[in-house]
Amino acid sequence: QENVDPQKTAFLLRKAWTLYSVTPLYRFHRARLRDYARLLSAFIAAEKQKGLAVEVGVELDIKVAVSSLTDLRGSEQDQAAVLVQLSSRSRASSRNSEDKLVWSGWFCSVYGDDLSENVPEDFTCLPLFLTHGAESYTSMIGSWFQKTFDCCFRRLAISPLNLSWMVAMWAGCKLDRAASAVELVFSVPRLSQPLDISYAIHPEDAKALWDTVQKTPGEITQEEVDVFMDCLYAHFHRHFKIHLSAAKLVKVSTAVASAHCDGIVKILHSQYLPGVLMLLTELAISQIQ
Amino acid sequence: HLATSLPLPSERDHLRPRIDLIVFMIDIKSKYSLKNVEASLAHVDASFFLGKVCFLVTGVGRVNACSIETNAVCKLGEAYCSPVLFCELELEGIRVATAQRLLRMLQICAGHIRGVSALSFVSLMRNANDD
Repeated sequence: QENVDPQKTAFLLRKAWTLYSVTPLYRFHRARLRDYARLLSAFIAAEKQKGLAVEVGVELDIKVAVSSLTDLRGSEQDQAAVLVQLSSRSRASSRNSEDKLVWSGWFCSVYGDDLSENVPEDFTCLPLFLTHGAESYTSMIGSWFQKTFDCCFRRLAISPLNLSWMVAMWAGCKLDRAASAVELVFSVPRLSQPLDISYAIHPEDAKALWDTVQKTPGEITQEEVDVFMDCLYAHFHRHFKIHLSAAKLVKVSTAVASAHCDGIVKILHSQYLPGVLMLLTELAISQIQ
Repeated sequence: HLATSLPLPSERDHLRPRIDLIVFMIDIKSKYSLKNVEASLAHVDASFFLGKVCFLVTGVGRVNACSIETNAVCKLGEAYCSPVLFCELELEGIRVATAQRLLRMLQICAGHIRGVSALSFVSLMRNANDD
């Protein structure tokens, strides 16, 4: 689905999301979202009683909201995304004060047919989980889901190989407004002092390079990504006599999105949101299988 | 004998003993190491590809750090009719086992094992590809 309502998905943009892969959820019922919110709320309150409070000395009531994002999916086979939001209202403030969003997480599947095709009836496939907020809340919510739906969460790391796919794909995207630079960050191994090398390329140059490399619009092959990256490495070597291909690519940044090897992404452009989510769903599924 | 690339410096040619086995090491975390190996292969005499060359891919324990597609390395092995071994040098058990395998291969290539020659590796490779 290419026409996702930009209003509804605006909250997804320009936030750093931490990625997880999630195995299928057993007996997850979309009709019971309000019940789940209540149960999760009670669980969090109980965890806080046990002393696992996030902020010491601050009285916070945590309100949990669980909702369905019906437009956030790829094909008809995909389950619609599920959004979990934690808001707090300080007990000290007045009744009219606004709730403050302290944590959000959402499950989604964009063209995740590879997984959902092969799964028995009672299972719901939402292999990609994205979180923004304190790690302590993430682990509480993760444990509740694991206990309730017998699923398993794992941090989704992104290899240099996958990062180079991302930068090649995203640098080639057509954008109307002036775009920010395409940046690649490398970490150099085996040195006494850690060294990071940042390589920034003018977005038009990057797009022009990709356009000469890509043979079929809409299709990308590993060979094309290799040629693109080799050109960038050769250019850098000509100027600085450093072989970037021997270093570890740890982060890529473009005007469309940025991604870090620890499994953290930021999506900057709503037009390409489905494309980015499709790629991340694929990575999540390959980590599960 | 260890070298970072081929060809070996010609000044020492007359001092060098016979070469029985060449092991090309490719670090899965370094695209550069693959490029280096590809460039060095051009300097190897064709007779070595009758069982006296093997590719050793290291660092396979860390799937999340890989910069090279394993498919690309397997294709390289097929193209040069040479076996591809995968190992993780950081784990002692695997390091020792891999060293023992290479030593065994070297013994065969040097003609120290009766009844088996380096050509056996080539025919083993061919059988696997025919499946």
